Order: sequence, then structure tokens, then C-alpha cells
Amino acid sequence: MTAAGKSAAPEPSTEPAPEAPDEGGFRLPAPFESFFQEVGRFFLLLGRTLAWTPRPPYDWRALLRQMVKVGVESIPVIVLTAMFTGAVMALQTFTTLRRFHAESYVGSLVALSMVRELSSVLGGLIVAGRSGSAMGAELGTMRVTEQIDALEVMATDPVHYLIVPRVWATTLMLPALVMLGNALGILGGYLVSVVLMGANPVAYTENTFQFMDLNDVFSGLIKAAVFGFLIAMIGCQKGYYTTGGAEGVGRSTTRAVVTASIAILISDFFLTKLLF
Amino acid sequence: MADAKIRIRDLHKSFGPKQVLRGIDLDVERGESLVVIGGSGSGKSVLLKHVIGLLTPDRGTVEIDGVDVHSLGNRELVDFRRRFGMAFQEGALFDSMTVRGNVAFPLVRQTDLSRQEIDARVDECLSMVKLEGISEKLPSQLSGGMRRRVGFARAIALEPEIVLFDEPTTGLDPVTTAQIDDVIREMLDGVDSTAITITHDMQSAFRIADRIGMLYGGKIIALAPPEEFRRLDDARVQQFIRGDASGPLSELGAAG
Repeated sequence: MTAAGKSAAPEPSTEPAPEAPDEGGFRLPAPFESFFQEVGRFFLLLGRTLAWTPRPPYDWRALLRQMVKVGVESIPVIVLTAMFTGAVMALQTFTTLRRFHAESYVGSLVALSMVRELSSVLGGLIVAGRSGSAMGAELGTMRVTEQIDALEVMATDPVHYLIVPRVWATTLMLPALVMLGNALGILGGYLVSVVLMGANPVAYTENTFQFMDLNDVFSGLIKAAVFGFLIAMIGCQKGYYTTGGAEGVGRSTTRAVVTASIAILISDFFLTKLLF
Repeated sequence: MADAKIRIRDLHKSFGPKQVLRGIDLDVERGESLVVIGGSGSGKSVLLKHVIGLLTPDRGTVEIDGVDVHSLGNRELVDFRRRFGMAFQEGALFDSMTVRGNVAFPLVRQTDLSRQEIDARVDECLSMVKLEGISEKLPSQLSGGMRRRVGFARAIALEPEIVLFDEPTTGLDPVTTAQIDDVIREMLDGVDSTAITITHDMQSAFRIADRIGMLYGGKIIALAPPEEFRRLDDARVQQFIRGDASGPLSELGAAG
């Protein structure tokens, strides 16, 4: 044991680089490799999250804490976004539809757009920016400061302890936020049309709900749940696999937001195709 | 040899093209305090993480009481880790929890103790590392040395059979380092555990160790009790002890 060093020691730092990973096999170009690595990690973590979800102990307090963080604390920004989106939509469509003398349809247009599409997508993008990034940064910091290792050492699965509550809290809370967004978007449209543009309040209200059915609302909420799930999974994934200190945490945070936003926009198309 | 608590055989590990461990053979006796020294990036932490099953080796085995760590399934690994305490480099305290919450964490998660019993054990552990009256503070309000001692308290909360210390004194001033060493020594005498400490601080190593091993080039190149280790006739060991800038260690490009 003692004298084994001399012959082996000179090799390691000098020339090991080219030999190890290739082994003569086929290798994808780097961007593709990292793409497949990310996709692989996503499904790996997804599997672990689903597998751990039904297992006790159930940490209701962690779930509740995350629901407050993701849901309750997002209310102000959702309120603002939804109100102004509804208001702008009313403003835009009112002036356009007036040219066809169809301004009585503004109410339906605003309501349907908000409920079927805008609330869930805008809400998703906002929560991705607020909570997805926070998850990436928080888990990333825990990774680089070895807190995640510490959890594992203390017989606590980090997926169970950190990721499961975040994923389900976001999946539950985003539909709730979107519901709120629906109401406020419609309110925003109403205020602009009635107060600013002089529409008849009774006619406008009636028109708002005339063409809407429950399916429109539900499909928007289903979308929101899927977006919430994706945001949290992606945010946690980026954080969980962070490497490289403070810089790495920054990278994970950015990627959490960017990837989640792209995932929302792409899955939105397919969900819309599927649900309507 | 037959009674080794931890037995490491032919341990190999690479990260991409970088071969970090290249055949570690090491026995740690029951109740012993072994210190592994080595330069930055020599793979000390990697070695430690294999012992507790955080990393899987490319080749070779780690046996604890004759059981191969890496043959264990997820469930068994959870039970197995109950027997360990690990103190991380910067403490790795959960910064959303108070000191009490941190030290209580393994007790809450892994035992059926009542709240009072847990509180009592937390106070006991904190007094063992000489930290009384700070249990309601957050980690961010503590100094580096205090954070590490809280980490120690957390590591010994379950009275583990094996305690692992990852660079317990790195980045601390000499006086704090000496205090931390005393705390470790007292703790080990008190709980009668087997301990592996990794460090690059020679002073610390001499104070804590029953035996010192030196990791270099992915292998253990020297292993001896402190007094003997000091006199070893190996230029690399002597350079490390003296902390010389030039010598066989620097020539081989291991300076980083």
C-alpha cells in the first residue's frame, strides 16, 4: 500500500484526457448530446417524482408552504396582468369591431380569449418567471452547498422532500391563479368597454357569458394544471442538476425560466389541439 | 485486518476523462480515527462520498462490517445510512431552518422520539460541540466555525457508528482550527465511533488522527500513525508536511 505510488503517480494529470469516454463508439455532436441528456434527466426525475408522491410520510406543511409561495404570493402580479390584458383586449377589439358595427361582440371576445387561452398562458409565463426561477435558484444553491447531499446522507430522499411538494403545489395553484385571472380579465374588459367606450353595461354583461360554456373554462384550467406541473418539474430539474458554484446557480435559474416558457408555449399548441 | 469496520478494495472512479481514484485499498479499524490528507482536487471528497454511497464506483468495493455498500438497494441504503453521520465542508446546514431545526432534522426524520426527547438530544449535541444558547439562530447569523460545529452536532445526533468529516477546518483561522480539532477529538472519545476525516491541514491531521493516510495520484501512497507518519522516508509526504512549494508533488503537475 505504501510504496505503490511512484509508477502510477505521474500518469494521471498528464495524459488521461483522450482515452476514457470514447471507447471507439459513436458520439453525438455536443448540442444534441446535451439536449438528450436534459430530456433524459427530465423523465428520470419525473419518474422519481411520481414514484415518491404516494409514499409516506406526507409533508403537508411543506406542500402548504409551497402553495403559499407559488400561489398566494403571485396574486398581485396575476391581478395586474389579467386586468390590463382584459382592458387592452377590449380597447383593441372595440376600435376594430366598431368598423364592422360588431362592437357588441367585444364582451364575448374578451371573455373567451381570456378563459380559453390568455389567462393560462400568461399566468404560466408569470409563474415560470417567479416560481420556476426561484426553484432553480433554491435547489441549485442547495446542490452547490451540499445541502442536497446532506439530505441524502440523513436518509431523506431529496426528490421526496424538495421536489414532490413543489411540483404538486404548482400544479394545484396555477389553475387557481388562472381562475382569478379569468375573472379579473373579464372585469378589465368590462371596465374599459362600459366606462371608457360607453357600452351598455347590461348588454355587455349578457354578451360576455352568452357564448361561453363550461368546457371553455375547464380546458383553460386543465392547461394551467399542465403548465404548473411543467414549470415546477423543469425548475426543480435545472436546480437539482446544478454544477459549478454561484455561476452554475445563475445558469440554472435562467434555464429554468427559458425552458419552462418554451415548454408552455409548445405544449399550449398541442393541448389546444387536443382539448378543443 | 479481519475486524476492519470499513474495508475499501481497488476503488476506481473517473469523471469523464478525469481519473480521480485509481485503485484505493484502505482498512479502517473499529473505533479508530483515520485522517486522509491530500492536495486540493486529489479526490479526498470523492473517496468519502463512496464510503457513504453518494457516489458509485467504476470498479472496486467498499464494505462496512462486511456488507458491500454499493450492492444495497434504495431501501437498504436508507437504513444503512442511519449508521453514518457526515459533517460537510461548509456545514451544509439547511438555511431555511434554525440551528435547532437543523440538528433535530435527522432525529425527526429517522426516529420516533417525542418532541421533548428530541429537544433534549439537540441540546446535548450542541453542548458537545460547545455551542449553547444559539439554538434559535439561523445559519446565516453564525460564523464559519460555528456553522461547522452545528454540522458536527447534526452529524452525531443519531449516535452514528461511523462519522465522516469533510475538510472540517478548511478556511478557518488557526485558533478556531485548533478549537474545532479539540471538539472533534472530544466528540470521538465521547461517542466511541469510527471516524474518517479528510483534510489538507497537517496540523489538524496530527491532532485528530490515530492513523494518517496520504492520497495522491488516485492512490493511498502512505499510511501510518502520526508520529511514524512524520518520519516517513517519502519525499512526497515530507513535502506535504512541510508545505514546500517545490518538490515531487509540484513537479507532477498536481499543484492545482
